[in-house]
Order: sequence, then structure tokens, then C-alpha cells
Amino acid sequence: MLTFTIRRLVLTLPTLLVISLVIFMLLELAPGDPMAQVPLTVPPEVKEKRREALGLGQPSHVRYLKWVYQFFVVEPSIMIDWLTSKSTLLGWLPDTSLYGGDLRVISWQTRSPVMDIVVQRLPQTMWVVGMGYLFGVLIALPIGIYSAYRQYSIFDQVGTFISMVGFSVPTFFTGVLLIVVFSVNLGWFPSIYDTTLKVNSWDSFLQQARQMVMPVTVLALYNAAQISRFMRSSMLDNLNQDYVRTARAKGLSERVVVLVHVLRNSMIPVVTVIALGVPQVFGGAIITEQVFKVNGLGQLLIGAIEANDLPMVQTLTFIFALLIVVFNLIADVLYGIIDPRIRYD
Amino acid sequence: MKTKSLLLGAVTAMSLAPAAFAERGADGHVNVIYWQAPSILNPYLSGGTKDLDASAVVIEPLGRYDQDGNLVPYLATEIPTLENGGVSADLTSITWKLKPGLLWSDGSPLTSADVVFTAEYCMHPEGGCAQLAKFEGVDKVEAIDDLSVKVTFKEAKPNPYGPFMGAQAPIIQKAQFAECLGAKAPECTSANFGPIGTGAFRVTEFRPNDVISFEANPNYRDAAKPAFATMTLKGGGDATAAARSVLETGEFDLAWNLQLAPDVLANMAKGGKGEARSGFGSLVERIMVNMTNPDPALPEGERSTAKHPHPFLSDVAVRQALSLAIDRPLLVEIGYGQAGRPTCDLVPAPAIYVSGRTECMTQDLAGANKLLDDAGWARGADGVRAKDGVRLKMLYQTSTNAVRQDFQALIKQWWEEIGFEVELRNVSASVFFGGDPGSPDTFQKFYADVQMYANNFDGTDPEAYMAAQTCDKAPRPETQWQGENISRVCIPEYDAKVAELGKTGDVAKRAELVKELNNMVTNDSHMIIPLVDRGRVTGVSNTLGGFVLNTWDSELWNIADWTRIK
Repeated sequence: MLTFTIRRLVLTLPTLLVISLVIFMLLELAPGDPMAQVPLTVPPEVKEKRREALGLGQPSHVRYLKWVYQFFVVEPSIMIDWLTSKSTLLGWLPDTSLYGGDLRVISWQTRSPVMDIVVQRLPQTMWVVGMGYLFGVLIALPIGIYSAYRQYSIFDQVGTFISMVGFSVPTFFTGVLLIVVFSVNLGWFPSIYDTTLKVNSWDSFLQQARQMVMPVTVLALYNAAQISRFMRSSMLDNLNQDYVRTARAKGLSERVVVLVHVLRNSMIPVVTVIALGVPQVFGGAIITEQVFKVNGLGQLLIGAIEANDLPMVQTLTFIFALLIVVFNLIADVLYGIIDPRIRYD
Repeated sequence: MKTKSLLLGAVTAMSLAPAAFAERGADGHVNVIYWQAPSILNPYLSGGTKDLDASAVVIEPLGRYDQDGNLVPYLATEIPTLENGGVSADLTSITWKLKPGLLWSDGSPLTSADVVFTAEYCMHPEGGCAQLAKFEGVDKVEAIDDLSVKVTFKEAKPNPYGPFMGAQAPIIQKAQFAECLGAKAPECTSANFGPIGTGAFRVTEFRPNDVISFEANPNYRDAAKPAFATMTLKGGGDATAAARSVLETGEFDLAWNLQLAPDVLANMAKGGKGEARSGFGSLVERIMVNMTNPDPALPEGERSTAKHPHPFLSDVAVRQALSLAIDRPLLVEIGYGQAGRPTCDLVPAPAIYVSGRTECMTQDLAGANKLLDDAGWARGADGVRAKDGVRLKMLYQTSTNAVRQDFQALIKQWWEEIGFEVELRNVSASVFFGGDPGSPDTFQKFYADVQMYANNFDGTDPEAYMAAQTCDKAPRPETQWQGENISRVCIPEYDAKVAELGKTGDVAKRAELVKELNNMVTNDSHMIIPLVDRGRVTGVSNTLGGFVLNTWDSELWNIADWTRIK
């Protein structure tokens, strides 16, 4: 198991480099211009000067290598410096000063370091999208289990219907529907998420909860729909197995049969699915964030794409790629741990 | 007993006092929403309107344009003119005088050194300053004394109000930006995100592309203003959601640039929480006619250049017929509602420059048909006109945008009725306006017969705008396809008039010249076919007082005067 993990870890590095090159080339070849949003009243000579100031005058391989250096050397060194000096977790370590003042990955829109903005955006994405995912999983598992156990019952039919709705109705529709009903007509929840709200009292906690209700509901519905279908079919596969009949024949209670024997075996594929879905949380829910003005990582990405902010798009997409590779690895390792039949060595 | 009643009286008087006069910060909090979130608060590093508007809350120019396009002094004591001696008689220099006693929000005094530094910052050759055009023709900027600044131009400048005037050229603090000149500009993140200013508010927190928090500037020059203590400028989402938050839910007080279908806005306004106001500037949606031949059969480098005149659009009768066939009032009704009005002019404002011709306002299909018949363009069997083997077959392109595609469909139908064959095409805005010389799809390359987009001019003086249509400004391979004369207009008389305009200082004469120039390219020759004078729509809450919609300057230009209506 350990050798397998190490082998996979070593393999990730070239994979990631190839991914970063592919992303860079795709962005490079895609049409677009960071000056496209600048009003037409700005003369072309000025635009040309600004493109040069952004570094667009350099050949592409130079720009790629610069980015690689910035992302893999400069940014981690800043991260380590921060961890050892300011963070509570590792602050007891002697302060390092690895960062030597090299240029960081700079966004073209804001002319500021991309990673600072990413760090600023992470909390709201984690709270809203993460909660949406967590609630989605918590709702999905019991529904999936019970629907399978009482297959074709009314509960199962209703569950199937709701998950079909959740799966097929896009979030930009459910989101706006919720806003129109609960913000405009009833006035219960705010339609615009306040990212500056600091939770430091009971009142501000309630306010935070109120503004999270709608986006989390939308995301939970969508996630629950997917995961509950996986749970249901996995349970159905196992319910007809011989070992279930054996367990019942031994005189075990239904509760033990379903929740211990069947569930544990059914969870194996579902855990993988859940683990593989986690990177999506970090990727943010682009549409939902936009609808509720949560302004997390998803909104950051879409704004950067619209403004042709290549360093930002490159860095964000690469971070998502990195997370997907890492969580794939985690899913594989988890699979081996849960299922004793699977051994990689 | 007496003392007690006296005291009581005093207490009553004191509690009544604040109501009698306005007080800084008395009206609490104001919420503004921009559906495009500001990215940076340094207007010299960003050309985006959203960034200019947001920065106007904090940093101010010497003078601004008011809602009618008049020049109003802000940091200056008065607007320098020929009459008051601020502008030299030979039109080569302008001297600004600062109001005495002005303080930055950090408490330090504003001096002419800051003004000189601002010019140095933007004019630095490596800075990539977005507002460089504002400083065009500037020879030097020097401080005469602590409160006077003299700008000298390389040659006579009839409109000397480029530097330090309007939202694009505010004064930044020398002490804060001294280390940020040239290539170092983007490294000064904290200064770019939180400039120290003289405006009504100062930044407390800036989250790029998300939200900005402001608080009243304790050193603002008017002790009674601003009425609001704090302000939030939220960004993100879309125009519909922004409109909803002001007009329907009332969560926000002001929503910027609500480019929405007329019926959507009307429905939302029924919410009763606010109203949509519109104001008009110089933005005109127009069709540009290609005077050169975009035929793909021509060799690359000669397509759409002056080498090959257009086979049929060089005939003025054909162009006039195109213009006559369009029902402009209907286009406005469908596409813009209260945010648009039909126009026949390239310069729709300020009033003194407007030619005001109206013959294009009514659609005249019969007249258009007759023009083409008279010019010898006869209908073929398929209904498409032709002459000497040249068919009236056109490619009509624009950027991808719902309203523009509606316009394309309607106009195509009208043009087909008068005997044209029209093919439509739309290009993503980031490519169309991108200016990449390698792309065949930019509006500068103009590999189509006609194309539609909108453009305007900065400030209130249209000189540079008119000068953009001269022969030498046509995009062509030698200029890397850069240039603003998109139609490839080339009229020697026009160029001569533009040169004359550059030497004329008298306002009335300038206005006459601008009108003539305007008609030469639009109403008389139809090389540019204006369609809609596009305004800006702003959603304003019923409880927000003092907001004045201004299309000549930043949307938030008079934020110091805003109040809460109770």
C-alpha cells in the first residue's frame, strides 16, 4: 500500500507539469485580448503599451517557464514563510525567509498576486459550496438506503422524482426561483450574499445562516440528487447477494442486515464518488455563486475568463487540476482501505 | 426648580440641534451594487468603467463634468479659461490653482507636488498607463508654487482639459505612490487597492472583484458631508439581479448600468422600492459601412484596404437606401426602451455640437427602393438587385449580444425588402473588440461589408472623436490593423476641416465645425449610419436622495451630496 502511494505520488509530478502545459497552450491558442473590455475611447497605441506592460510582448515559452517558476517555487516559498511565522498550526517552528522578492503570479485585472485573492475567496466558497456538498451527502445517504430497501414503494417513487428534478433542473433556474419566492415575495432571506459579514455574535451568526440558506439549499438539492442515485443502485446490487440471505437466515435483525452488512459493502463505490466530488467544492459552483453573488472561486474564475485575465485563469484551472489529481489518489487509497479484497501491491 | 427647568430646556435644545443642520455620517450606511465588480482602485492601471467609478469615491480630479457636461471645479478654485487668464492666449498652456487648505484622508496637505507627480506617474514610459490619452500632447507639468500647477502643451491645444479633469485623471498622493513609478506600478498592491484620496470616503477594505467597504473621510473639505458614515460597493452577479436588489427587494440603494429589456425593468419597477432613471451621453449604436472591398478572393493584406474600393457600397445611393430602410424608433422600442432614443447623428450630445438632422427618423422603404432603381440597381429573378454583374450581397457582422442579434434580424429583413441579400454573423465581444492583428474577426480588420457596434467619446469635447475618421487613421496592414477610422472614410475636405478644428479655440466656431464634420460622414454621405443614442440606466432606491445621474463623469461623482430620505 505504501509503495503504491509513493509510486503514485512520484507519478503525479510529471502529470501535473503536462496538465499545466496543456492549460497554458489552450489559453495561448484561444482567441481573446485582455484589452477587449477597455472602452473604445482608449486609443490603440495606449492599449499596445498596456499589453507590453502586462508582459504580453515576451515569447510564449518564456512566459510559460516564468509561470512555472512563480507557481512552483515563488508561491510555495511564500506559503512556507507564512506557515512558519504567522500561522497558529506551525507558528512554533523557527521563522523561515525563503521568499526573496521575486515577482509572484500577478493578475492582469487587479495587478495583484493571484494567490492572495484565491486565499481571500476560499472561505466563502468552502462555507457555501462545502455546506451544500455536506448537506447533499447527509440527505442523499438515508434517502438512497431507504429507497433501495423499499424499492418501488411510494417513498422510492417520490425520491426518484425529486432526484430527477434536482438532477435535471439547472441551478440557475432553481436559484432564481428561490430568490423570487423567498427574497422578493416573502422577504425572508437576502438575495445578495454579504461577503464582508463577520460572525462574532449570535445576531451575526443568524444573519450568516439566513444568507446561506438559499445557496446551500440549491447546491444540496443538486448534490443529493446525484449521490442518492449512486447509493440506491449500490444498495440494490448488494441486497440480492447470497450473504444477505445468509445473514437473514442466521436470524439477524433487519436493522443489522441492512445497516451493517449491506450498507458497509454498498459504501465502497459511494465513498469513491463522494471523494471524487470534493474537488468540485473547491472549484466553487460557478453558476450558484453567480446567482447569489457569493463571489467565491467560481465567480473569480468566470470573471477572469471574461476579462481574459490569463495568469488568473491559468492558476485557478491548474489548482483545480491539482485537487482532482490529489483526490483521485485519496479515493484510490480509501478504496484499498475499505475493501480488503483490493490490494495494489 | 429654576435651574432644573433651565437644564431641561438646555437638554431639549441640544437634542433638537442635530436635526437642524446636516452632519457628517448622520445617515448611516449606503449600499451600491455594480454587477461588474471593481478590480482595482487605481484608474491609471485600468481602463474599465467599473474601476473608474469606484475610484471616484476616493480620489478626485481638479475638476469634473456635471450632468449637463459643464466643467465644475473640485480641487481647483475655478476652471481655468481664456477669459479668466487660466489658459494662455496662444492655447499652449493651462494653469490650475488648488483650493487652499485641502487635506488628504491621512491628514497631510495636498500640494501642487501631488498634481505634478500624478502626471509623472501616468506619463512614465514603462507604466502602461491606461489614461495616457488624457495626457496626450503634454510637454511638461510644473509646480509654480504650492498651490499652482502649469501644464504646457507641445502645440496649441484648443481643449486643454485632458489632464486632471474628469474621472479618468484624478490626483493621486505622491507620498503613497512615489515608489510605484513605471514597471513597479503593479507591485504596489496596497496602494492600488486603497489609494489615499481627498474624496468623501476612504477605503476600509478592498476585496478585488468582490466588494469594497468605505467610511466617511474625516478630513473631507466640507465638514457637513458626506451624510453617510459608511458605504458598501458590492460587485458581481448580473444586471437583472442588481435591478432586483434595488427595485424589488430594496436591499441596495443604487444599481449601476441596468442594460435590461424594457419590459423586464418596467415589471421590476412595479415593486415600488425604487425607480429606473436614464441619462444620455455620447454613446451611439451605429452601422459602419465598409468603403473598401472585403472580398475573401483578394490577397491577404489588400482585403478591406484603400487599394480596393467597395464594389457597391462606394455608391452613395446604395448607402442612403440602407439608412432609409431602417425603422429606428422601432429598434429603440425593442432593444432599449427608456435607455435609448433614435438618432441620425454621430455626435448626439452635448447640445451645442448636435446637428439635429431628422430625415433618417422615419423609415421609407418606397424611397429606398426608388433610390436604388434610379441608380440603376435592377432587381433580378430572385429579388436581389444587381448592376453590371455586381449583386447587392452583404455580410453584416457585430459582436455577440442579445440586443444586437435582434437588431441584426430586423435590419436584415428590411434590407432584404429593398433588394439586398444579407448574411449575418456575430463574433464574441472579446475577439471582436480585442484588436489582435492576427485575428480575421476584429472590428478593425472589418472583413465584412457592414458592421454594428457602439462608441462614444471621453468628456464633452468631440474633437478627438471627429479626428478619428481622417484618411490616415484607417486600419491597414502597415499600422498592424490599428486605427479608429473603421469605415475607411477618406474625404480630403473632411481632413482639412479636422485640421481647422484643431486650431480653433472659439467654442461657437468649434460647434459649427463639429456639426459639419458630423454631417459629412453621416447624413450627407451615409458612410456611418447612426441608429440609437444609448443612455445609461441606473436603478435608484426611493430612500436615496441627492443622486444625480451623470453620463459625462463617474456614476458616483456627487456621492458627497447623497442623503437618506426618511
